Formats: sequence, C-alpha cells, structure tokens
Amino acid sequence: MPLENEGEDWRMLDAQYISPRSVAEAVEALKGGGKDAMVLAGGTDLLVQARTGLRDPRLYVDLKRIPDLMALDISSKGLHLGASVPAAQIFENEDMKALYPGLTEAVDLIGSTQIQGRATVGGNLCNGSPAADTVPSLLVLEAICVIAGSEGERRVPASEFTTGPGETVLRPGEFLVRIEIPAPSKGAADAYLRFIPRTEMDIAVVGAAVSLTLDSSGCCEAASVALGAVAPTAILVEGAASALIGSTLDEAALERAGSAAYEAAQPIDDKRGTAEYRRRVASVLTQRSARMAAERARGRN
Amino acid sequence: MAKTHVITEVNGEEAEFLCEPGQTLLETLRDELNLTGTKEGCGTGDCGACSVMLDGRLVCSCLVLSPEVDGRKLETIEGVADGEKLHPIQQKFLEHAALQCGVCTPGFVVATKALLEKNPDPTEEETRYWLAGNLCRCTGYDKIIRAVLDAAAELRGEA
Ligand SMILES: Cc1cc2nc3c(=O)[nH]c(=O)nc-3n(C[C@H](O)[C@H](O)[C@H](O)COP(=O)(O)OP(=O)(O)OC[C@H]3O[C@@H](n4cnc5c(N)ncnc54)[C@H](O)[C@@H]3O)c2cc1C
Ligand code: FES
Ligand code: FES
Repeated sequence: MPLENEGEDWRMLDAQYISPRSVAEAVEALKGGGKDAMVLAGGTDLLVQARTGLRDPRLYVDLKRIPDLMALDISSKGLHLGASVPAAQIFENEDMKALYPGLTEAVDLIGSTQIQGRATVGGNLCNGSPAADTVPSLLVLEAICVIAGSEGERRVPASEFTTGPGETVLRPGEFLVRIEIPAPSKGAADAYLRFIPRTEMDIAVVGAAVSLTLDSSGCCEAASVALGAVAPTAILVEGAASALIGSTLDEAALERAGSAAYEAAQPIDDKRGTAEYRRRVASVLTQRSARMAAERARGRN
Repeated sequence: MAKTHVITEVNGEEAEFLCEPGQTLLETLRDELNLTGTKEGCGTGDCGACSVMLDGRLVCSCLVLSPEVDGRKLETIEGVADGEKLHPIQQKFLEHAALQCGVCTPGFVVATKALLEKNPDPTEEETRYWLAGNLCRCTGYDKIIRAVLDAAAELRGEA
C-alpha cells in the first residue's frame, strides 16, 4: 500500500465536505455533487480507500448529522437501525444483545475499539465487501434496506442489496437511510461466527450466520443460513436451512446442513486460505453457528 | 481553494482552525494546532498511534475528516497529564519500561484511559482485546499490559 504519495494526498485534500441535516438535504447535496460525490459514514473503508488512491471523492456527504440515520429504535415491530449508528453504540445496547445476539456479535467483530467508535452497519453493507461481517446476519434476519434518492424512498431486501464485490443496487445519488428487521418470533434466535487466522483485527476467511425458530418441543420450525467470504457476495444457503427445518438439531441434521454449506460455497484461493479449506470451514462454522442459535432459542421458549 | 472554518473543543478549551475539507483530523492536530503528541503510524486505521477521543469515543484521527469535528469535543494525549504531573497511566508506562521508541505510546495511553474509564478493573484478556488496535513494534506488548493492569490497580486505590 502506498503510504505517502503526494499526488494522491493532495487530491484528497482538494475535496469538498458537506454535512446535511436531513435526508432531503442529503439527496440535494448528492444530486449537486454528481458522480464524484460520495457518502461518508464512519470513513473506516472510504477514507482508507481515498488515502490509498482506490477512490477519489470530490465531495464528501457526511450522513452523521442526520437524526434519521443516527437513530436506533427497537419496538414491538422490530428494529429500525439508522445507517450511520456507530458499531460501539449498537453492541453496547442491551436490547440488541437480547433480541439479535448474532447480528450484535457480528457488529462487535468489526475492527478494533477505535474502528468500532466509527464503523457503521450501513457502511459495512454499502462498501460491498464479500467478507463484510454484518451482511450474513442481515440476510438471515430478513433485513429490509430503506433507500432514499431523488425519486423518493424504496425498499430492497438485504439479500438483493449487494450485487458483486464492491457493487450494490444503489443508483447514483441514492443512499441507505436505515435497515429494518422484524421482531424475533417466540423461540427464535440467531448466531454469527467467523473464522480468522488471528483472534482480532482480520478479515473473515469464512463467516456463517444462522437464524432459527424452535417450537416448544425443540423441533426446528424455521431456519435461515448465510455465508460470507465464500462467493462474490454473501449468500443464503437454502439447502442448509431445509436440512435444519423439521429436525431437532440432532447431529445428523447438523451434518446435512454442513454438507449443504460445503456444496454452496464457491470460494477462491488466496493468502487467507485455499478454496477447499474455506469450504470445509464453511461446513464447520455452519454447524457451530446452528448449535449456538439453537441453544439461545431453547432459552426463549 | 476555500478553506473550512472549524470551531471545536480540544482538551476542555475552545479551538478554532482553518483546514482543507479533505484534511484528516490527524493532520490538523499536528500541523494546524501544533498538537504533535498524536502520532501517525499507518494512516489507514491499523496501528492506533493516532488515537484520540471524539465526543467520548476512542477513534483513529487518521480516519476522521477535520470538518467533521465542528462543534464536537476532542481529547488528545496533551490533555492527559496535569501540567507537569504525569497521569498514573503515564507513570506506570515509565515504571514498567512499557516503551522504547515511543511512537505508539500516546495512542496506547489515550486508549488505556478510555478503557479504564469504562472498565476500572479489566482482566488481562479484556485489556488485550481493547488494545488490539494499537500496534507496537518495539516492546512485545507484555510490558504494556503489565503497566496498564498496574495503573488500573493504582487508580482503584489498590496499589
Ligand atoms: C483496521 C480495520 C479493521 C477492519 N475490520 C473489519 C472487520 O473485522 N470486519 C468487517 O466487516 N470490516 C472491517 N473493516 C472495514 C470497515 O471498518 C467496515 O466495513 C465498516 O463497517 C465500514 O463502515 P463505515 O461507516 O466506516 O463506512 P464508510 O467508510 O463511511 O463507507 C463505506 C462505503 O459505503 C458507502 N456508504 C456508507 N454509508 C452509506 C449509506 N448510508 N448509503 C450509501 N452508501 C454508504 C460509502 O460511500 C463507502 O463507499 C475494517 C477496517 C479497518 C480500517
Ligand atoms: S495512523 Fe491512524 S491508525 Fe495508524
Ligand atoms: S515503543 Fe516503539 S512502537 Fe511501541
């Protein structure tokens, strides 16, 4: 990574900055800024990319002074998570831990203490990394992305939001306002596990999120499984979910879910692991995540 | 090019400066406000040498744009000691020889202060996780961890 490159640094200095106070003002600012305007949340991806010359925003539109984007509301209807709420504020919230333990763990895994003071779920999703830690959890929780733009608001399921590495459904001038997640039903719980070579501060080799609902007899009524870092985007693994549904989460069912994850994963070979290794890790993490989610769900019946 | 006028609070006092909108807070602290205690290790969020408190949260100042801090509160390493009197965390870093070249030290001290304000009695494991975003190429970390745990004990009145 080039640390000092005067040309690039100068370009970065020579940008404009605006901090709108409402969604409408942000829409206007992005329209005025054209294609070189970029939305700034915590900056933990964007400012690194600007610094290293990967991106060259001419206008930063800072979303952190817009009340709608900074709100974290939990009600009987579920969670409304403003796109720019910092990670630390999310995992310090006791209701988040109680209701969405898997998503909260995923948020808690992002970066260091310093990064968590700034990094947002909106940024994690919009940056479009296949290894982004919160995305598998958003998929299994059936999150809806509320998007604003000059044409008004639209809603897109998280499972359709990311379209490829670094690519999303966002059109020029659009931005994410909040993520909505339904309230967990009785007997439902989620979990997220990732594998990294270190114990902190690394990018997922594989991430696995599971959400499931157990009835009062311990039988699995509903399940959803998603994997990160094993395909161009995070993926839902329906085969793994159907292996769990109708079972009591016995060893045989868990193994079938693991095999489905192994089959669904289409990873690449890189310095973090070979494709075959990643497939096996995907299988193991799926099973462990399902066990964790089941343990939590049992406590909720 | 139009510079941006920013009014903020640094270590309890009002500070005013002009900056380029794309200038990082780290550059402004060092180059405009002459607060050179905050260091640059990487400029990309990996090393923690640039750690400061922004509205009570620990952040990397290399990943904050200067205009973002308008109307906010900043705390830097310069605000940690009380005049000539070192803060107990600084004193313990000295006593435990928890620094060699010292480039990482301001970041570690600011991050440690944030930890102990939140959790006065951290375990060694909690301390190591909290400080995982602060890199040191000299000490091998162990002396730093001893210094932090000892400072925590002193601040609790146990040492
Ligand atoms: C040291 C370090 C460690 C890290 N560790 C991890 C990790 O363990 N796991 C992980 O997943 N990530 C990690 N990251 C990456 C990064 O911290 C996360 O992806 C973070 O969630 C990004 O959020 P942000 O608010 O900082 O986004 P920003 O950098 O502000 O934005 C990221 C991108 O999304 C766009 N964007 C942001 N918000 C919106 C919005 N509301 N609408 C439309 N577009 C938007 C921006 O324009 C930009 O393109 C790490 C980064 C660093 C520097
Ligand atoms: S200089 Fe900011 S984290 Fe290294
Ligand atoms: S003392 Fe040199 S980097 Fe820590």
